[in-house]
Amino acid sequence: MPSTSRPDARVPAARRVVFVDGVRTPFGRARKDGLYAHTRADDLAVRTVRELLRRHPRLPPERVDDVALAATTQQGDQGLTLGRTVAMLSGLPTTVPGFAIDRMCAGAMTAVTTTAAAIGFGAQDVTIAGGVEHMGRHPMGFDADPNPRFLAERIVAADALNMGVTAENLHDRFPALTKERADAYGAASQAKYAAALAAGKIDPDLVPVALRDPANGWGLATADEPPRPGTTLEGLAGLATPFRAGGRVTAGTSAPLTDGAAACLLAAEDVAEELGLPVRMRLVSFAYAGVEPEVMGLGPVPSTQKALARAGLTIDDIGLFELNEAFAVQVLSFLDAFGIADDDPRVNPYGGAIAVGHPLASSGVRLMTQLARQFAEHPEVRYGLTAMCVGLGQGGTVIWENPHFTAEEAAR
Amino acid sequence: MSTSEPRPERVTHALVRDVRLPGGLGTLALVTLDNGLDHTKPTTLGPQGIAELTATLRSLQERAAAGEIAAVAVTGKPYYLAAGADLLQVAGVRTREAALALGRGGHEAYRMLGEMGVPTFAFVNGAALGGGFEVALNCDYRTAAADVRALALPETGLGLVPGWGGAYLVPRLVGIEKAVEVVLTRPAANTPYTAAQAAQIGLVDVVLDPADFLEESVRWAAGVLRGDVVVERRPLDDAATWEAVVEAARTRLDAVVHGSRPAPGRALDLMAAARDADRDAAFAAEDEALADLILSDEMRASVYAFGLVQGGKKPTGAPDPSLARPVTRVGVVGAGLMAGQIALLFAQRLGVPVVMRDLDQERVDHGLAAVRSTVERLVSSGRMTSDAGARITTQITGSTDLAVFAGCDLVIEAVTEVLELKKRVFAELEDVVAPDTILATNTSALSVTRMAADLRHPERVVGLHFFNPVAAMPLVEVVQAQATSDEALATGFAVAAKLRKTPVLVKDRPGFVVNRLLVLLLGIIVDAVEHGTPVEVADRALDPLGLPMPPFELFDLVGPAVGLHVLTSLREDLGDRFPRSPGLEKLVADGTTVVTPAPAKGLPKRVDPAVQAVFDAARETPPADEPLDEAGVLDAVLTALTVEIGHMLDEGVVTTPQQIDLCMILGAGWGFHLGGITPYLDRTGYSERVLGRRLLPDGVANVPTT
Repeated sequence: MPSTSRPDARVPAARRVVFVDGVRTPFGRARKDGLYAHTRADDLAVRTVRELLRRHPRLPPERVDDVALAATTQQGDQGLTLGRTVAMLSGLPTTVPGFAIDRMCAGAMTAVTTTAAAIGFGAQDVTIAGGVEHMGRHPMGFDADPNPRFLAERIVAADALNMGVTAENLHDRFPALTKERADAYGAASQAKYAAALAAGKIDPDLVPVALRDPANGWGLATADEPPRPGTTLEGLAGLATPFRAGGRVTAGTSAPLTDGAAACLLAAEDVAEELGLPVRMRLVSFAYAGVEPEVMGLGPVPSTQKALARAGLTIDDIGLFELNEAFAVQVLSFLDAFGIADDDPRVNPYGGAIAVGHPLASSGVRLMTQLARQFAEHPEVRYGLTAMCVGLGQGGTVIWENPHFTAEEAAR
Repeated sequence: MSTSEPRPERVTHALVRDVRLPGGLGTLALVTLDNGLDHTKPTTLGPQGIAELTATLRSLQERAAAGEIAAVAVTGKPYYLAAGADLLQVAGVRTREAALALGRGGHEAYRMLGEMGVPTFAFVNGAALGGGFEVALNCDYRTAAADVRALALPETGLGLVPGWGGAYLVPRLVGIEKAVEVVLTRPAANTPYTAAQAAQIGLVDVVLDPADFLEESVRWAAGVLRGDVVVERRPLDDAATWEAVVEAARTRLDAVVHGSRPAPGRALDLMAAARDADRDAAFAAEDEALADLILSDEMRASVYAFGLVQGGKKPTGAPDPSLARPVTRVGVVGAGLMAGQIALLFAQRLGVPVVMRDLDQERVDHGLAAVRSTVERLVSSGRMTSDAGARITTQITGSTDLAVFAGCDLVIEAVTEVLELKKRVFAELEDVVAPDTILATNTSALSVTRMAADLRHPERVVGLHFFNPVAAMPLVEVVQAQATSDEALATGFAVAAKLRKTPVLVKDRPGFVVNRLLVLLLGIIVDAVEHGTPVEVADRALDPLGLPMPPFELFDLVGPAVGLHVLTSLREDLGDRFPRSPGLEKLVADGTTVVTPAPAKGLPKRVDPAVQAVFDAARETPPADEPLDEAGVLDAVLTALTVEIGHMLDEGVVTTPQQIDLCMILGAGWGFHLGGITPYLDRTGYSERVLGRRLLPDGVANVPTT
């Protein structure tokens, strides 16, 4: 028998988790002549981690308890356990561990919720979470080897791994989601991004990235490459429908293939206070949910329902939405499910992935970083959410509380 | 190298991209110097590259004047800002006009960096040497990446001056005292600055992490433009300080260089004038100095020597490397000073177990203790990690039992230089080791062939002649004896390369290359003394060559007993060209110290005048009526060296004069300005007079005479 004098283990109670800060690289087009054609994926991630540390000199680097970095294709310059390699390349002390994580498009979101859970449990105090995807070097699904049982046993339809086809499937399932609504949403995304950029709301979250291409020498990426300012409804109407002859999904209503990285700093609220770190958002709840892979874009609907239920909130309590725009139709299916108008000003006020791009495993943190900025602009809003769909039929939702919220502002 | 035209210029391009500065500060035009080749081909600056840079900077000057850009920055391809002027192009210059144009062309381009109309920055991302570093010096501000380890103005070591602004700008930037270090002292010691060291003396303004060096350099530049970052520049040193430092440096140069080469003095002249000269006058003086030096034989010999050393990594005459035997365990016979140094080097660089064996336990323990104390010194000074130190002390073991050599792939002997002893060592070894174990000898003058003659497997014996101190001296003479197999030879080359030494193939002739010439030189010096030349005259006689040390200091360094032993052994093998000296024998017998302490660090140790009496007392034949003066001794030494080199080439000790030069540069530290030695013998006419032919074709290591 063990001695009765030995103390009981200390089991921590859940702690509040806060979003301290988030940054991202400018996004580049995933093309041979794109912004990052000659830049390594891990170097993009390194830039975001170093910028976080630089912006928060009061955080002793050795206080970072873990570095979680996501990538969908974890090989080559996205392989070798990104969280650890990027921590080392960023100059974090060797005592700081790290890991790599993958939930396809929700990779960075999952890095956040996983390490947030560790903070909440009391196992960690401060973490860095983020993701990177260099889709130019790692095209979606490249070198994947799907199990033949998927098709043989009809577990999924043959084209469920083609995201554009799943978007067409959404148009089929919900006839109210017309091409016209999708085009209008796509054009609005571009316009909202352009307005936010002009208003100086995009640049503060960007970290410049050195670029070198042997033919042109060194340069510096300081702005997003994918957006197409001046996009018009007329222009969108004439675009090809690459996923289906006579289909409805076009390049103008899809997120472009993108290279980029994003990372954020999370902390226990008491530790943020101890270290004098800012609190830009408080984590309320999060949830993931599965749907049929053929309509993967619907995933955020059940994940949001779960997250709301866990938080004891309803959709009416949410004052700001940052939804990843994999496809316009996919966002519209979410808005319809919750009875929100296509042009509701609470949704993606800075535009979305259709304009800025969607470097798969990094986008989750871009949503959070933008929501944090909007929280500061909107002290009348108490809760906001970030949500995104995931290939093979999943959705992820994180609900956040605005620390700037005041009842007085809300009453106005 | 040949007399044909140099290879075409590897043109360095000046690529420009506009960078948006943060905070609405406007545009920074970022120039990248890039020759379009990978990191094995450093960026160098030749006439076409300079022309391109000039055009680029001129257009940027226009953009600056038009208000289009707020700043200009220059950086380089990965690992290099630029490695300097293209030396092969410089050494191809035939006329003074062309030499002048070379200096002026560089100045024309670079001075725009100081006269841009907007602030200019150098982002020193990698090695910046000579003309490459002068790009940065001509800019208004400099950032450097923390991992940069090669910032230097090595020109004076190559027979040139920092003539693209360096000689003028450096003393004004860092003060005259540090400038002397940058321009004269460091090149002579071949030690470039790290980024941190450069920042410490003000050669660069800030050191930034390599992880985001360019991004942070742009941010720093923006800080300068905004006025948030202010770089304090030191005021010019006062005239008295300036003059005093220059005079002290000149005295030192006279004591070390003795006029053997013009470059250091010319550089000092330029720096002396830099305080009061304006930019036009100073740059014009740099042009003149460069033009003179480019057309000097010392400069051409330096470029030749530089090429030899660079090319030394690919040894001439080595057998197919794939024949080399893998070496996983090494034996060292002996536990003395040399044996311990060799054991340490093998354990350090090959990372394999090394076992030392000596006759009694006391010697073994002493040898191991010496290794341990060296390792401790390396660890405590930070030159070796404690893990590596622990590995090495564990991997080096000692024994008195010959049987410990049983599993060795290579056994090297470093016992006393007595042929019979070495033969016995090898014979005993053969009973212990495998039939194909390579046996190596570190002999400095004995016949490897004779050493191997009575073995069952003489083909496995190869000479590996290291130089003292083993860790520092870059040369290994790989000796091919009569029976040496290609496998043994290839193993010798492979091991030398892994030890990061430069191996040179030599035939088994007494003294090989370095000792044969060095000991001959010492023999001629003492012979002159035997014939009545005062020791101090003899000691001074070689000063005009600018050798690393005077002859008696060399005696002192190798140890008079060792020197005498090799001299005697060479005389027995090669004849009376290696003279006998009763005075030297007496000095060795009495253990007399032959030099006085150096007056200061880095200054030569001169012969102790008291040594004269020893020679006078021991002299067996009366001195000559007219003993040789300095010039006479120098002539005797150079004549003897020429004769000997003729013999060595005839005997096939090495196949080319280039290999003799490489050996003398790396094994004896003879100067680049001499090109080793054969370029000097050619340009002074000794080879023509003594051998009736040049050693190297005209123009290879001198300014072509036709």
